[in-house]
Formats: sequence, structure tokens, C-alpha cells
Amino acid sequence: MTNTLRTPYDGVVIAAPVTIPYVRYSIESAQWWIGRALSTLVAQAGIKASDIDGLCVSSFTMGTDSGIGLTQHFGLCVRWLDTIPLGGASAIAGLRKAARAVQARDADIVACIAGDTNHVDSFRLTLENFSRFNQDAVYPYGAGGANASFALIARNYMRTFGVTREDVGRIAVAQRANALRNPHALMKTPLTMEQYLAARPISDPIHLFDCVMPCAGAEAFLVMRDETAASLGLTAARLLSTIERHNAFADDPIQVRGGWAMDIGELYAMAGVKPDDLDIVQTYDDYPVITMMQFEDLGFCNKGEGAEFVRQHDLTIDGDFPHNTSGGQLSAGQAGAAGAYLGLVEGLRQVLGTAGPTQVRNASLALASGFGMINYDRGLASGAAIFAGPSR
Amino acid sequence: MLQRCEACGSFAYPAREACPSCLSAGLAFVDAPRQGVLLAETTARVPSDVYFRERAPWRIGLVKMDCGPTIVTHLHADCVEGAPVRMSFQLDKSGQAVAFAHPEGETPNMADDKQWREMTADPKFRRVLVTNGRSMIGQEAVAALKAAGAKTVFVGVAEPWRPFAGEQLLRGQDGIEIVTLDAADEKSAADLAADIGGKVDILVNTTEYVRPGGLLDRRGTSIARDEIDQAYLGFINLAQAFGPAMRMRGADGINNSAAWVNILSVHALANWPAFGAYSASQAACMSLSHCLRAELRPGGVRVMNLFTGPVDTEWFQTVPPPKVAPRAIAQAIVSGLRGGLEEMYVGDVAEEIRQRLGANPKALERELDR
Amino acid sequence: MQSNNLLELAGAVSSGAVRVVDLTFTLSPDFPVIVLPPEFGQAAPVRIQEISRYDGRGPAWYWNNVTFGEHTGTHFDAPIHWFTGKNLPNNAVDTMPAKDMIAPACVIDCSAQAAQDPDFLLTVPLVEAWEAKHGRIPERNWVLLRTDWSKKGWRDYSNLKDDGAHTPGPNAAVMKWLVEERGVIGFGTETIGTDAGQAGHFEPPYPAHHFLHGAGRYGLQCLCNLDQLPATGAVIVASPLKIQNGSGSPLRVIALVAST
Ligand SMILES: [Zn+2]
Repeated sequence: MTNTLRTPYDGVVIAAPVTIPYVRYSIESAQWWIGRALSTLVAQAGIKASDIDGLCVSSFTMGTDSGIGLTQHFGLCVRWLDTIPLGGASAIAGLRKAARAVQARDADIVACIAGDTNHVDSFRLTLENFSRFNQDAVYPYGAGGANASFALIARNYMRTFGVTREDVGRIAVAQRANALRNPHALMKTPLTMEQYLAARPISDPIHLFDCVMPCAGAEAFLVMRDETAASLGLTAARLLSTIERHNAFADDPIQVRGGWAMDIGELYAMAGVKPDDLDIVQTYDDYPVITMMQFEDLGFCNKGEGAEFVRQHDLTIDGDFPHNTSGGQLSAGQAGAAGAYLGLVEGLRQVLGTAGPTQVRNASLALASGFGMINYDRGLASGAAIFAGPSR
Repeated sequence: MLQRCEACGSFAYPAREACPSCLSAGLAFVDAPRQGVLLAETTARVPSDVYFRERAPWRIGLVKMDCGPTIVTHLHADCVEGAPVRMSFQLDKSGQAVAFAHPEGETPNMADDKQWREMTADPKFRRVLVTNGRSMIGQEAVAALKAAGAKTVFVGVAEPWRPFAGEQLLRGQDGIEIVTLDAADEKSAADLAADIGGKVDILVNTTEYVRPGGLLDRRGTSIARDEIDQAYLGFINLAQAFGPAMRMRGADGINNSAAWVNILSVHALANWPAFGAYSASQAACMSLSHCLRAELRPGGVRVMNLFTGPVDTEWFQTVPPPKVAPRAIAQAIVSGLRGGLEEMYVGDVAEEIRQRLGANPKALERELDR
Repeated sequence: MQSNNLLELAGAVSSGAVRVVDLTFTLSPDFPVIVLPPEFGQAAPVRIQEISRYDGRGPAWYWNNVTFGEHTGTHFDAPIHWFTGKNLPNNAVDTMPAKDMIAPACVIDCSAQAAQDPDFLLTVPLVEAWEAKHGRIPERNWVLLRTDWSKKGWRDYSNLKDDGAHTPGPNAAVMKWLVEERGVIGFGTETIGTDAGQAGHFEPPYPAHHFLHGAGRYGLQCLCNLDQLPATGAVIVASPLKIQNGSGSPLRVIALVAST
């Protein structure tokens, strides 16, 4: 393990994991969903809204609003504010910033919230307006979003490393099994491997069950120092380490690895743990093949061994490698930017022992990762965090 | 065309404002080497975009250019993963320049590829209406389109009771149908559209009404009225008669309605006082063409404007060379349709005016005054 | 005339005792117009543009804007049309005497000759032969030249060749003679123009125009249904639009014919 010169996250804790149950389509605004998350945070933590002095938000569908508008909207008076537009990496990035803010006492309690609505046309509007490179050089090809871009990455990855659809399908099938234990998951029927393989093609090799279902929802948590949590009587998880990387491996002609591969040495060194020590892993699963890549890039196996890894492990809640225990975005739904928070918030519940029907026994050490921003031909942003519950 | 850094020579794509290798702002579009390798392909079966959904399945790929950048591209059906491809930028039906990958070598019936045909308006297999078969340009256009494989060429003839030179060549030819059309007459255009409007895939507006003279040396407005009647109102009549059906048929199978071609004087762009009123009528038509382009765009029908200098016909007899041969215009129509272009400049005069207009419009105005 | 004679006429029209023959072609954009060399100004063709048709442009009504040249369709030529008549008084359609709009007609049937020769010309001897049979042409009568040209398809009707139109008409001598010796009120044809297609080469050029208008007489052209008229005895009603200083106009020409 490599040494790190980074300042440890000593004294930084995460509390009050909140999920506002998802719906497929919502006539409410993103601001409504964020407001519900904020309200639930306050209630769950037993604090007053005025105790929150830091706010970090992520959303695709707030229109022209940003975090600053929300302060007035919600009557918050904060001394630290950030709006994080990093898609699937927003939760990790927000957590990192909030952690340093409370550590440096720029704020005492930071509410990190992501929420999006899903009108019937908002998915398309988000696609059309995603990024300039996307508008110029991807949208006109009819891809209209991530499916075709990820299809190209998936096809190259699968061909290069001899990965079959069945290998990738194990991830999706296991997550569906987990989702059946999550009452808030949008997918409520079992998924067999036969069904997975027989699904209709969307953009070869991506088939229906490789795709997330866009929906409306919100996720949130609080970041504070341990003494603040103690004074509020809150049980909290300790943040052990994080990484974040953008536009890694720009010379790879097509994406076969994410930025994690550059930084995992530091990730584990800072946390003082090994991959094997983790009880829970929550990857960013906008497509199962990206999860398979993360298993490699996060150090659970070598590059090219992801397929073998999933063949050797049981990824369900009761398995030997509990992964995306809520069902992940594939089976719980992707509520826009809240999709970035889904794994982290579920991981927090797991290490706090509050996950209920999806609880993994004795879970105390978790990793959550994020990935996002297909700006052009690849996901640019990656991040990961390791955190531990009070029992560890 | 790709951006190349003037400082370090690296190529960049998608277009940007700073070189990703050295941060120089000097990124000029240059003709880049066209070779690359197809890294991966996918077939989008349920694209979210309505246009592509109608045309699904649609194949795209990621190409690593030999000169550096990686390009998301439309694929010719004969492109194979891992094999070399040849790239070009084409105007898609929304008028946006998009990358298209061809296999490096020739393959059989290469131009008939479904996705390639979406990028172009190749007259092959299509039914074309040439609106004015009385003119030399119209007749040459008919011949060129027929030679290019058009299935049927309808040739509009106004005042069919008036014989005209070249009439015999048009009659009795397989795949050429003479139809009565006086574009300047609202009812004539509407009647013909009622008859064949549903099977015009390409409309070539060859209306030609050239009269010399500017403002002060002409008396009255009757010639100007005729110019407006023929060129401008004729355009409107054609557009109103044929445009709506063409817009609806933009996704009508492989031989969908594809393009509308206008032949305009380059003096639409800069008035030529010797033919000053005529120039103005052409400017009006050019303006209309932009309106038509916007209105046909939702249907995926292209509007191509072909700008020419004086043509080698009787109305330009007094004009010294260089002049454009009607046949050259006809060939340009075909090549422009095959390339899916929006604008073409045919002949030396047109090309010169295009360049000089860009360089110094006031100087050009003075020059045209001679 | 007694006013009851007029009522009698109206009754006869109503009962069919007097037939009304329409000598007019439908005014439409596709009707041929005269073709002059392109360096000359051209007659604007007929254009009919819809203003509304029980639609958003006018929910309960249908109407058109119509434009045309003065000399399009079945039309009337006033003396001012030709240089020879330019200085005459009351020489335009708005100032011509209204009484000139009703006059009897002599119909000279040359349909057999015209069928043989598109360049057939009416001559003085031919008119004299007609007079031998039907009597002398009275003063202030129309002379209508029947050629059955109006029954042809448009292409044969205009019959344009490389050297211009080839259609029948009067020669110069007969026009001078009809105007000066017979005092006709006007001359009418089925063809485009009161003159023959090749009359530009005559001396004087376009003699029908030259002599008729120079003497303040009128022309009618593009007539049809002349075959339904008797050689004598029909009364022509030809009232052109009252266009200010107009040289002519499209019009509805009718003939009143006593039933036999
Ligand atoms: Zn550079």
C-alpha cells in the first residue's frame, strides 16, 4: 500500500441517510423533491432547519435554479454552499467538499442533497442539453444519451476481455434479487438470467435490463464533525477516505478503465483497509458492464478478470460479496442526480444498521463509488469513498 | 475538416477553443487525413430522438483517427470493427455537419447504403420534378438526373401549346414525363401537386426568368412584375403546392422525399446593376429558400441552393465570358444531391463572388457597378 | 322603338324564341395568349389567386384576386390600341359610345378553307361572293370570320412555328375595303388576334388593327361558337370592362339569334 500525504478525515462523520421513495413520473418539480429530502433530514436528525449551515445540492432538472436559489426557497441561512453538477460522481464529490468544510469549521452541519423530477419529457430534455460536446458530437448520431455511448464502450470491453452477456447479466440479476427486498425499488418482479438474456436489444450489446429506469426521487445525508453528532445524539458513520478523478486516461482511444484505477492505492491507504476487508460495496451501476469495470478498477480483481470475479461471487445481500443492496439504479431506479447518492446513502444505512429488509448482517465497513459525465465518448468523472459504522 | 493546433500540430475533436495538448487557442479547421480505425460499433434500436427512432435500427461507431482524435460517427453498412475506415463530414437532414465512416476500399453498390442515403439526396431510384423543362438548364438537368439513375423525371412545361427547342428530346423517353406546370400560376402548381405531389422525392426549381436592366433605364414595373411573378411567386406557389407533402414524406422509406434544389443567380448575394432588378428577384428567392429550409427541416428534407454566374443562354448573350454551361449546372445538381450539400457555387464567377463577398463586400459592390 | 318591343325581346329570350349564344372562352390561366418576340413587353397572363374559400382566410365566403393583361382571353380591341387610332376622340374602352356595344353581325364561313390552309386569308373577292349569296354587308355591322379555329386544341390553336404563328385572318385589301366601302363597326375572329398569324409581314403590318382602329372601329378575338350563328341576323352584345383609358379588355360576348 502506498503512503499518502493527504490530510485524514479525522473527526468527519456522515449521518441521517434519507431516501425519498422514487416514482416513475412526477408532476412535482425538482425543488419539491429536494424540499422533501431536506424536511426528512431535519426530522430524522432531530434538528431545526436553522441548524443547517452548509448546503450542497445536485440536480439536473432544477431549471435555472442553483443552490443559492434554494436557500431562499427553503428559508435556509447557510455560510457554506455548493452546487455540484457532476452527475453520477456528485455524491462522492459533494461528500468530499462537505467533509473538508466541517473539518475546517467553515460549517458545522452540511446537508448534501440530490433530487430530480421526471416529467414525461425531462429525460429527453436532459439529454439534449447535457454538454456541448454531446450536443455537437454525440446527439446528432441519434444516440440521444448514454445508451449508445455505453454500448460502444461495452462492446469494446466485452470483445477485448472475452466477456459474455451472461457474465454481465449476473450483476443485473443479483441486483434484482436485492431490489425485491427493498420496498421502495421500482422493479418489483424477479429477473431470471433467461429473462435477462431474452430482453430486447436497445443498442447492441446493451439490452433492456442493462438500462436504468429514469424516475423521480431524492437522496440526502448530513456531514458534520463527530462532536456535533454526539451533541445531537446522532449515530453516524466515520469517513475514512475518498478519491476523485476527472478525465483520466485521456489517451485510451476507448474507455476500458475509469479514473479509480489511478487512485485506488491512495483510497485504501488512507482508509487503512484492504479490498477484502469491505463488508459492503455500492458501485455506480448505470450499466452492469460499468460495474464490472469498477470491480477491476477498485481492486477486487485485475483488469480483464471482472467476468471471472462475478462468476466466483454471489453479489446478493446474503452472498459473499454484498453489492448494491438496494437493487441499485438498475432495479431501484435512477432519480437523476440522486442516482449518484443511491449507493452512498444505502451504504450508510448498512453500516449504521438501519437498512431494514436489505440489511447485511454485521456490515460495518463500506465502499461507495461514483461515475459520471459522458461528456463525449466516455465517463469523465470517477470517485469513491470508504466509511465505517460505529461498530468498527 | 478537423481542428489542428497551430502551435503543436495536434488534431482536436469535438471542436473546442483550446488545444488539449498545449492549451493554444490557435485551432484552425483544416482538411485532416481521413483515415481511421473503427474501434467499436453499436446498433441503436430505440433511439430517443424521434428522427432516428423512425429510421431505427441505426448503426453508429467510434473511430480512432490515425491523426489522433476519436470520433463518434455514422457508419456505412460495410464498415467492419477493427478495420480501416475513411471519414468525411456530411450535412445531416437537420443541416448539421456529422461524421460518416466509409469502408476504406470500394464495396459493391456503395452509394446505395441506407444510412449514406440519409446523409445525401442521391437522385438514384428517386422521382424528381424539374419545374421548367423549357430552359436549357431544365433540359440538361433532366438528362443529368436521368443518367444519375432517377426513376422518373417529371418535367414541368408551362403553356404547353407553345412549342420549344429541345421538346422532341424530352418526349417519348422512358422515365421522363412531361407535365403541365406554370409555377407562376397558383392553380397550375396546385393542380400538378394534386396529381403527382405524393411522388416527388426531389424538386429541382429551374425557374428561369432573366431580363437585363436595373431601375432607371426601365420604364414601369411590368418586367419587374414578371420577374417577381415567375421567380418569387413561382417559388411560393411551388412551395405551397409541393412542400407540405414533401415534408410529410421525409421518412417515407428508402426513397423518401429528400431535397429541394434552387438554381439561383450568385447576384442574389451581391447586386449586379446591369441585371439589377433580376438580381433583386434572386435575392428574394434566396431569402425564401432559407425560410423553406427551416420549414422543411422538421421533415428531414434538404434545401440546396446552387449559385451560378451568367449562364450561356440567350439572355446573357451580351455578357462577356466566363459563362456557365447549362450542362455544368446540371452536373452540379447531381453532385450536390449526392453529397447532400446545402450550397454550391458553380463556375468561376460564382466562386469569385463568394470569396470576394467574404473578403470585402464593399469593394465587390463597387466592382459589380462596372 | 316602343318599350313593349323591348319587353317582347326579353320575353323571346326567356321563352327561347331568341337564342343567346355565348361566344366567349372561359378566362383561365391556361388559355393561350399572344406571343411577341421576347424583347417586347408581354401581356400578363391570367392569374387567379384565391383570397379565401370558406376557410380561415374567410370562413363563409369564396373569392379570388384576378389579374390579366387587357388583351387576354376572349377580348375586345379599342381604337386606342393601335397607333393609327391614338388621336381619335372617345377611342378607349371607357369613353367609347355605349351604343357601339350592340350591333348586328355578318358571319362569313371560311371554315373549309381554313381547315386546308392555316395561313388562309380572307380577300375582297371572297366577301363579294358571300354578299352575292347573303346580300350586301350593311353599315355598322360586325363582320365575323368563322374558321372553326376555336375547336382546336391549344397547341394547334396557337399553331406556333419557328417563324411565328400560322393562323388565318384577313388580308390588307379586305380590311381597307370593309372599313371604307362597307363601314363595318368591327371585325371579329376565332383566333388570337384580328389579324392573321403572319400579318406582321403584310403591308401595312397587322392590317386589321391598322385600318379598323385608324377609323375608330373595334376588334373582337378569341371568339367561339360562331358556327351557331346565322350568316346574317344575329345581334352581338360586346361590352368591355370600363377600364380607365383602357386599350381593350376581356369581356363576355353574346349573340342574340332568332330561332327558326
Ligand atoms: Zn497544441
